[in-house]
Amino acid sequence: MTETASYDLQCLGVSKNYGAVRAVRDVSFDIPNGSFFSILGPSGCGKTTLMRMIAGFEEPSAGDIRIKDRSVLNTPPNRRNVKMVFQHLALFPMMNVYENIAYGLRCNRMSKAEIERRVSDVLARIELPDVADREIHQLSGGQKQRIAIARCMVLDPDVLLLDEPLGALDLKLREAMKIELKLLQHQFNTTFIYITHDQSEALVMSDYVAIMNAGRFEQIGTPQELYHKPKTAFVAGFVGDANRWPCRVVEAFGTTLRVETEIGLPLTGVACGRNPPMQAGAHGELFVRPEFIRAERVRTDGSPERAGPLNVIPGIIDSQLFNGAKSRVLVRGPQGMRIEADVTLTGGEEDLRPGEKVELSWPAEQTRCFAAAGSATGADPGAEPA
Amino acid sequence: MRLKATLVGALAAMLMAGTAQAETLRLLTWGGYAPEEVIRLFEEKYPDINVEVTLSNNEEMIAKLRATGGAGYDLAQPSHDRIYAAQYEYNIYKPLDLSKIDLSNVEPKLLAGVKENTTIEGQVYAVPHQWGTSGLMTDITKAPDIKSWGDLCDPKYKGKTSMRLRRTILLGTAFAMGEDPFSAYSDLAKYQQILDKVADKLIACKDNIKAYWKGGDDLSAMMLSGEIVASETWDSTAFKLYSQNPNIRFVPPETGALAWIDTFAMPRKAQADAAAYKWINFVLQPDIVKLMSASTGAMASIKGAQELLPADKQEAVKAAFTAEDIDNLKFFANIPPGVEDMEGKTLEKIQAATSN
Amino acid sequence: MRSQRDIRRLSLFLLLAPFALWIVLLVALPQLGMLFLSLREKIAPRVYEYGFANYVSFAGEPIYWNTLLRTATMSLLVTALALVIGFPVAYYIAKIAGRRSRGALFLLILIPLWVSDLIRAFGWILLLRETGVVSSLLQWSGLVSGGIEFLYTDATVVVGLVYTVILFMIVPLVSTLDGMDEAMIEAGYNLGGNGFTVLRRIIIPYAMPGIVSGCIVTFMLTAGSYLTPILLGGKNSSWFTAQIYDQFITRYNWEAGATFGVLLLAFTSVVVWIGLKLSGQSLSTTVARS
Repeated sequence: MTETASYDLQCLGVSKNYGAVRAVRDVSFDIPNGSFFSILGPSGCGKTTLMRMIAGFEEPSAGDIRIKDRSVLNTPPNRRNVKMVFQHLALFPMMNVYENIAYGLRCNRMSKAEIERRVSDVLARIELPDVADREIHQLSGGQKQRIAIARCMVLDPDVLLLDEPLGALDLKLREAMKIELKLLQHQFNTTFIYITHDQSEALVMSDYVAIMNAGRFEQIGTPQELYHKPKTAFVAGFVGDANRWPCRVVEAFGTTLRVETEIGLPLTGVACGRNPPMQAGAHGELFVRPEFIRAERVRTDGSPERAGPLNVIPGIIDSQLFNGAKSRVLVRGPQGMRIEADVTLTGGEEDLRPGEKVELSWPAEQTRCFAAAGSATGADPGAEPA
Repeated sequence: MRLKATLVGALAAMLMAGTAQAETLRLLTWGGYAPEEVIRLFEEKYPDINVEVTLSNNEEMIAKLRATGGAGYDLAQPSHDRIYAAQYEYNIYKPLDLSKIDLSNVEPKLLAGVKENTTIEGQVYAVPHQWGTSGLMTDITKAPDIKSWGDLCDPKYKGKTSMRLRRTILLGTAFAMGEDPFSAYSDLAKYQQILDKVADKLIACKDNIKAYWKGGDDLSAMMLSGEIVASETWDSTAFKLYSQNPNIRFVPPETGALAWIDTFAMPRKAQADAAAYKWINFVLQPDIVKLMSASTGAMASIKGAQELLPADKQEAVKAAFTAEDIDNLKFFANIPPGVEDMEGKTLEKIQAATSN
Repeated sequence: MRSQRDIRRLSLFLLLAPFALWIVLLVALPQLGMLFLSLREKIAPRVYEYGFANYVSFAGEPIYWNTLLRTATMSLLVTALALVIGFPVAYYIAKIAGRRSRGALFLLILIPLWVSDLIRAFGWILLLRETGVVSSLLQWSGLVSGGIEFLYTDATVVVGLVYTVILFMIVPLVSTLDGMDEAMIEAGYNLGGNGFTVLRRIIIPYAMPGIVSGCIVTFMLTAGSYLTPILLGGKNSSWFTAQIYDQFITRYNWEAGATFGVLLLAFTSVVVWIGLKLSGQSLSTTVARS
């Protein structure tokens, strides 16, 4: 027993092996009370297995799972106060809304009057007070979602698990539900553990996000930390968009590095990651987010003064990806190297157009260099929805 | 209107197709009464006749003919006691032209008996073909003293006897109780009394019975395996078992084995009368009778039929029947209308009664 | 517009015509004929009257309605046993067995159907008779000294019938359970249900259409079966279909036979209707769905 019960959920060195396949490897984390915690990772990274272990549908091969400071390893799923919203919601089609919500209360042998009170209470809290008598197939997608959450929340769980519950919804509804989920979490003040492969869902809603890859947690932190201070190459690549170039370290001054890309372009960057500081000659990978790259027309009157050490390279605009204020240009740099940079397109004369010569510049501190070994995996950032 | 014309045309075409072919003789008969070999010989002799056989039993023959009003078959072979009432009630047969049948070789006693039973308004509806008896069967090493129908209820053989829950056992039991059910046919109230007595007796006897047999196969299996030692039986079944186990003998009951004669009768809407007469005359020839009896296990209704049985059957018959037994045969009497219903109810009562 | 609708209606009619013909000629007409026949009373040879005499005589003869009740009770028992045995089998096939073994298991269950009723009944006779396989094995193993007769009892009839009809219980159950999302069962546990609660409140209600349609088919097949009860039944066991056969064939009493037929149909329909009412299902949600 620890002296405080400040963690709703703790995982201590949890592993799960299926034969030779190691689905979850030595995962440890604590979730403070009442937080919105997301586990974000590509499909097949082990996040579903981890969640099923927390719910009790799978036994960990090693490690301990604690809820409110008590190990639940020997507690069957129906006795754990961890409720789950399934990917396809798993509402019971043969029961109406009331029966669906009352099911768990009945299992706890609650009195009829109490059940009635609680069901109408939870329906009021999810702002669907009049649907008790509806059949499940009469509900809209968003309503089903809320009923699935209400069915769990009515039981007052210590932790609510959500397994990509927004996956089946269309884009508009998904955006709306993100906000709604966050609000619901606030309202119930219960710990939500949200499993997803969609970084925007995780970043928007969560207090904390764990990035999972190949059965391991790469990094746990607030969305801002993950975005701005990724600790591994995988996180840097997986969270948000980034230009990504392999490089070699030429010189190292503490954490400041002078590097050379594959094509011999000299740049300045900072060493990141948990590895010991990189030495000259080490291979690494550079990550630069498009929003830190400034693209400006080459002027004849010479470059303006800039503060701090900057990386500057010339290029020609290949094409323009218009998306309002968050538009982007694809730039061909030296030797055909491709660079993405964010620009603001106003529709005026000033806008950059394809074929124009530009100068790209970004601060050295936004040029993150990770050691190359084992860091080249992960999803292509361009494939993720913005 | 066009649809109707088309339908009529199609139907007519089908009918034409049915009649235009070589003549077909459609037999409705018992299993074994139309052996392949006999059909082959017949079709060789009359190449333009094609024989089709439907196997059946008394009840189903009548039910089939009744359903079609006597159509669908050209020659049927019901037992002699199943013609009069069926004809009277359902009008399913037509009279025979005896001049077209060669009766010179037919056993006169059997012919007379069948004629007597099947003459309606001066017209004869059937001639005899094969005959046989129902009686008892016993394994003489295990139940040597089975002599009467009533012996099946002997507690000595508790759980070791069998019978078929049909009218034969009702009649047999009535005889064993000293009644004459056939003469009571004319007085149905009296007959009902007899049936009630018989029912009581057979219900009391239920304990003794292992199971009621349903057909020759299950009876044979129970008898050969020794699960039962005695049973009511058809003689042909007993003769068949005799060739496999000579200890199994047919026993004509003291009161007389019940004899049936399977006949030839012509369904009312038969279409191949000439072919039917040809078949009758053909199968009554002694050399064909030999083939036939080997297949049926029953005796033909012609003079000297016993000599035409296969050797093992002759032996079985000799082991079973004495001359007195033959004299003592009780031929099934014509069933008057209503009797089947009375008997049926009695049988149901027995079946439904509980025993251990 | 109008003519187009007519054309559509005509083509629908043409499409349905063979089915309607089939229903009318092979199902409705014979049943009407039976009903008509059952209202005819034979008062003397070739003399008939119309009325309810056959029904009256059925009601007045305890043997008949006892047999009908007996048949119905045993059919219900067979149905219940088929459900109790078939449900776990169906559940295993639909939810637990792997994709590949599922086909094999289904095939195994189908195999008995390739053999005719008669042969199957004889199979049981060979196994269960006093000198049969089971009895001989027991004697050989020294468990019993004399031969034991397993045949000719009601229990044998029930076993034989369950064996014959269980497939018709399993197939609709498998097809219903197959459509059930595993997550639903997990949700049942997750929300605090134990195994029994999940079975009673989630799996069974979900499978209800399959259960009811399986039960209807099984019950109808059993109540209408003829060979198995006749061949395996003992000297006390009478089955209603056997009585119909007797009336039609051995007693030439078509009128009574038709009456019994109509009564069997009406009685089983009433039982099915009660079953549907009790389970809160309707024919369209059960038989049509699975």
